Amino acid sequence: MMGIMRIGRAQLRVMDLDTAVDYYTNVIGLDVVGQEAGKVYLKAWDEWDHHSLILQQADSPGLDHFAFKVEKEDDLSEFEKKVEQFGCTLKRISKGARLGEGEAIRFELPTGHQVELYSEIEQLGTKVGVLNPHPWPDGLRGIAPHRLDHVLLTGEDVKTVTRFFTEALGLYQSEQVLSVDGEDMVGSFMYAANGKPHDVAFIKGPDKKLHHAAFYVEHWYDVLKAADILSKHDVTVEITPTRHAMTRGQTVYFFDPSGNRNEAFASGYITYPDFPTITWTEDKIMHGIFYHRRMLIEESYMKALT
Amino acid sequence: MFTVQIVDGQWKDAVFACDGQESLLDAARKQGIKISFGCRGGGCGMCKVKVQAGRFERGVSSKAVLPDEERVLNYTLACKTYPRSNLCVSMEAGDT
Repeated sequence: MMGIMRIGRAQLRVMDLDTAVDYYTNVIGLDVVGQEAGKVYLKAWDEWDHHSLILQQADSPGLDHFAFKVEKEDDLSEFEKKVEQFGCTLKRISKGARLGEGEAIRFELPTGHQVELYSEIEQLGTKVGVLNPHPWPDGLRGIAPHRLDHVLLTGEDVKTVTRFFTEALGLYQSEQVLSVDGEDMVGSFMYAANGKPHDVAFIKGPDKKLHHAAFYVEHWYDVLKAADILSKHDVTVEITPTRHAMTRGQTVYFFDPSGNRNEAFASGYITYPDFPTITWTEDKIMHGIFYHRRMLIEESYMKALT
Repeated sequence: MFTVQIVDGQWKDAVFACDGQESLLDAARKQGIKISFGCRGGGCGMCKVKVQAGRFERGVSSKAVLPDEERVLNYTLACKTYPRSNLCVSMEAGDT
């Protein structure tokens, strides 16, 4: 079995599809690759697969589901067993249920979030292509991130959802936040063996909620420029550019027009499955999240969830 | 230009102006009245208040944080509330 390669897509609920598409294309800078009733499919310029973000018209914002791409089609039946052994209910999603996608398995996390695994997806390629490519294409708009990078979710039982991802799905834990007495896990960062510090992360909070969906930009300057672009477009910026000690990334947080929090995330270290898990104690959590201010900069950061 | 009066809480008796084009939240904050807020997109519910008196229009707001049963009672999200008359607004009622 080859296993999970990366987070491959997220489907976000938005309350006004046209406004959302305008924002995700002109401010974030993704490209529309397809649409069907009540849904628009998008990808970042550096992604090869058909789409990484699906926007879905709904009467409240949030995360419909997110999905991991596995290397081989056969992996799906292997994961199907492991997920069911763990005790999660699971169903098959048939090929063609969404544009460009093959078969998938769908199940509910211990935190109530919906997750899919898939292997088959149409590949659209990138404008720079595979033969003697230029480093980036002409005509980029907005923040123009390389990819959908990760999602951070909230849930009541971070310890169990971590056990699910590491034991049933074969992800690795890069960092954890423990209560000061060491008994409870209140934060968890996990990755497929792809070098990224996280594909998915959890902090303790209400089940089924999205904290943020993050897009990857390359450098610290790109984070600053992202913030410039957000101000230019009058987007609500929650946390201005700063450093995470967790993941060592650089960050700016802001909200899409429906109130889903987004992040432009840069750098971060490279990690590997043989690296030890980094531990934070809860009393140092703000040092980990906002390394310069070392305090909760905005109360909304812990409260505004969709 | 309409007048908005806050009837309770930290900003009890504060009065501010709102032209009905900008939201209740933006008008209040511009005039130094710090209604707490998050997304400013009608999604997170942090700026929920209750209109005790007066008329207003409501922009697109999440049904998850502002369900229909609250809408009929004139609960509303300040970031998506546009006055159409003078208003009296309860801040504490919104802290549900």
